[in-house]
Amino acid sequence: MALDQSFVGRTYPPTEPYEVGREKIREFAEAIGDANPAYTDQEAAKELGHPDVIAPPTFVFAITFKAAGQVIEDPQLGLDYSRVVHGDQKFSYTRPVRAGDRLSVTSTIEAIKSLAGNDILDIRGEVHDASGEHVVTAWTKLVSRAPEGV
Amino acid sequence: MTAKIAYDEVEVGTELPAQTFPVTRATLVQYAGASGDFNPIHWNEKFAVEVGLPDVIAHGMFTMAEAIRVVTDWAGDPAAVVEYGVRFTKPVIVPNDDQGAEIQVSAKVAAKLDDQQVRVDITAMSAGQKVLGMSRAVVRLA
Repeated sequence: MALDQSFVGRTYPPTEPYEVGREKIREFAEAIGDANPAYTDQEAAKELGHPDVIAPPTFVFAITFKAAGQVIEDPQLGLDYSRVVHGDQKFSYTRPVRAGDRLSVTSTIEAIKSLAGNDILDIRGEVHDASGEHVVTAWTKLVSRAPEGV
Repeated sequence: MTAKIAYDEVEVGTELPAQTFPVTRATLVQYAGASGDFNPIHWNEKFAVEVGLPDVIAHGMFTMAEAIRVVTDWAGDPAAVVEYGVRFTKPVIVPNDDQGAEIQVSAKVAAKLDDQQVRVDITAMSAGQKVLGMSRAVVRLA
């Protein structure tokens, strides 16, 4: 079923802050097998000019995607999440995410399209720190596949 | 931000050092835990097959995380990445054996932009198929 176009442009309330922990960054860096010391060694991060360890570029997705849950699970929108696949992902950084950040995400529905029976949903997540400064924007394209035989 | 590559030293066509990243079922379980994405298509082959996949597949975000390592290792400071986007075109299929799968990543400078920035185009392959499309990063060099 085609999604309601009137949801385009809808912005959801900012999320409660997510506090970025050093050990969470370490856990993520280990999971992707990335030994870059900027992720785990405060001194190495400082040598690069960062106040604390920074997170790998895609780390923030866990935070923005959780925030996008407000959209995905919005009963009024009616997205069938069991049929959703991740189409595209993009990030634009003002600065890297770093340990100690308290990040809040504001999600907006940028576009809703219907293509060959698939619903395509573009969600933008604007990530700000505790002082209200922009850190990164994440764009996530979700595709809800048409049921078989339709 | 302290990139170790100078803008003036690169040209369109400059190739970044390519890398190959192994991925096994254990890798996917570890990534699921670290990222909070516990979708069973990434660890349960019975479930994966039931929803029409050939086998367990890697998280798209795992592949995205590996692909940018070619850029961050080259640039030195991961903060040099100012933009990064991909399209998930094909899944990385991860069999339940000791070998798992491999993701081969290559990249080259595709354009020199203003403000010491370059656009890098990234190619990620697994089992002979392109697994990411439109995979591009904008990187600020020294």
